[in-house]
Amino acid sequence: MSVIDVQEAITRAHYEEWARVVATLARRFGDLDIAEEAAAEAFATAVERWPADGVPPGPGAWLTTTAHRKAIDRVRRENKRGDKQKEAQMSYDDPPEPLGPIDDERLRLIFICCHPALAMEARVALTLRMVGGLTMAEIARAFLVRESAMGQRITRAKAKIKAARIPYRVPSAEDLPGRVSGVLAVLFLVFNEGYLATGPGTDPVRHDLTAEAIRLTRLIRALMPQDGEVAGLLALMLLTEARRTARVSPSGELVALDEQDRGAWDAALIAEGHRLVRERLAAGAAPGRYQILAAINAVHTSARDVRDTDWSQVAALYDQLVRIDPSPIVALNRAIAIAELDGPEVALAAVDRLEDELAGYHAYHATRADLLRRLGCSRKSRAAYDRAIELAGNTAETAHLTRRRDQLGYRPSG
Amino acid sequence: MQYLVSVIHDKADLATPDEMAAIDVFNDRLVAEGYWVFAGGLGGPDTATVIDNRGGEALFTDGPFLESKEYLVGFWVIEAPDLDVALKLAAEGSKACNRKVEVRPFL
Repeated sequence: MSVIDVQEAITRAHYEEWARVVATLARRFGDLDIAEEAAAEAFATAVERWPADGVPPGPGAWLTTTAHRKAIDRVRRENKRGDKQKEAQMSYDDPPEPLGPIDDERLRLIFICCHPALAMEARVALTLRMVGGLTMAEIARAFLVRESAMGQRITRAKAKIKAARIPYRVPSAEDLPGRVSGVLAVLFLVFNEGYLATGPGTDPVRHDLTAEAIRLTRLIRALMPQDGEVAGLLALMLLTEARRTARVSPSGELVALDEQDRGAWDAALIAEGHRLVRERLAAGAAPGRYQILAAINAVHTSARDVRDTDWSQVAALYDQLVRIDPSPIVALNRAIAIAELDGPEVALAAVDRLEDELAGYHAYHATRADLLRRLGCSRKSRAAYDRAIELAGNTAETAHLTRRRDQLGYRPSG
Repeated sequence: MQYLVSVIHDKADLATPDEMAAIDVFNDRLVAEGYWVFAGGLGGPDTATVIDNRGGEALFTDGPFLESKEYLVGFWVIEAPDLDVALKLAAEGSKACNRKVEVRPFL
């Protein structure tokens, strides 16, 4: 086996087995810290040994066994130092409780990382580290914080899990919907951070983050195939990711949906997203937020030309979304569909009603600017673009808004 | 495992009769289901005295150790197998006494 083959085998094993190894150890030792460290050591051992010994027939089992040995070594070392607390930890490996509606070690891991008693930023960091297997440096880079700060965030979260005894288990059926939606919120945040990366020095689209969010959502989908919102979020991500290359121009400018080259969309991702949306429609259950958003994206991606978009369908879906999520941001997006159906004037009136709540949100001003432009109010449109540019954090979006503004006919006269 | 459930409020006024009745129902449930350890309501911060005996001679100071808008007005100590159970009970406690609560584990 060549060096490159071995490296590939290690990369694949890391991709496929990391979460399982951490999860199995966390269950066995009742301690995330031990699980994480032992898993990392096992992979380091693989890097050392596999080139000489060859890749074992069952890489996952080999890694789990090796990690298990490393963990026992560490516990013995610490017990020698008379760490009473560690012994107490060991006894916390409680007898297996009756299996919940779903059961997989990795699910327990996901649920503990996304526990509602942890701060959102800690949930994101823990999930990417423990489930995604990203290094501390990678996570720190993704969220533009120093590696030491990210390390502290994860250490604090692990310490709280231990001291406050956040349980390592899949929530009961009664608590499950709420907890799943907490997990999905973490994954959606990771995806959005990749999709609309903020910060002046960053790439406008962080493919590493969108890809990781999709990979983790696929994992949850495999573990909970019956959950409608999991399917909805996966479909939403796929249909968004499908447009990634068409969404930013070669010069780094954001390309709005109506101007995108639809031939550049990823047909395979769209097909997969549409399949998931159809599956949820066929299930006939009342859809949640992610399923409705996925359906809206399915309508957009079904139109070969922007002029073929079924705007009444989009507006109807937004009406449905407003009923379960009456937030001003949903109302803003609904107004964009209304502009296509009932004209920009009706839409502008709806948007203007949101001023109190959205005055600090760049998309509010960008939407107003666009509607005012279509109504021929160049001067007001320019002012709205100015405000949107001030507030936008994404480099591609700023470029797009600036071009649109500069295309306005009106020139300020002092 | 024991947890301290602190009741936090910005006024020292006592629980209303309705709140008191709800707290009684909640306490009975804690006892019946084996979660109960101890509970109590506290006088306001202006009834507090700070004592510092680190220097050999006890120093008494009138008032709370920390002036803040919100403060501790009461607490429960509960026995629970893990944080999920503690959080659920604390959520019910918050509803019963109609105040914010904070959960912390005993070491």
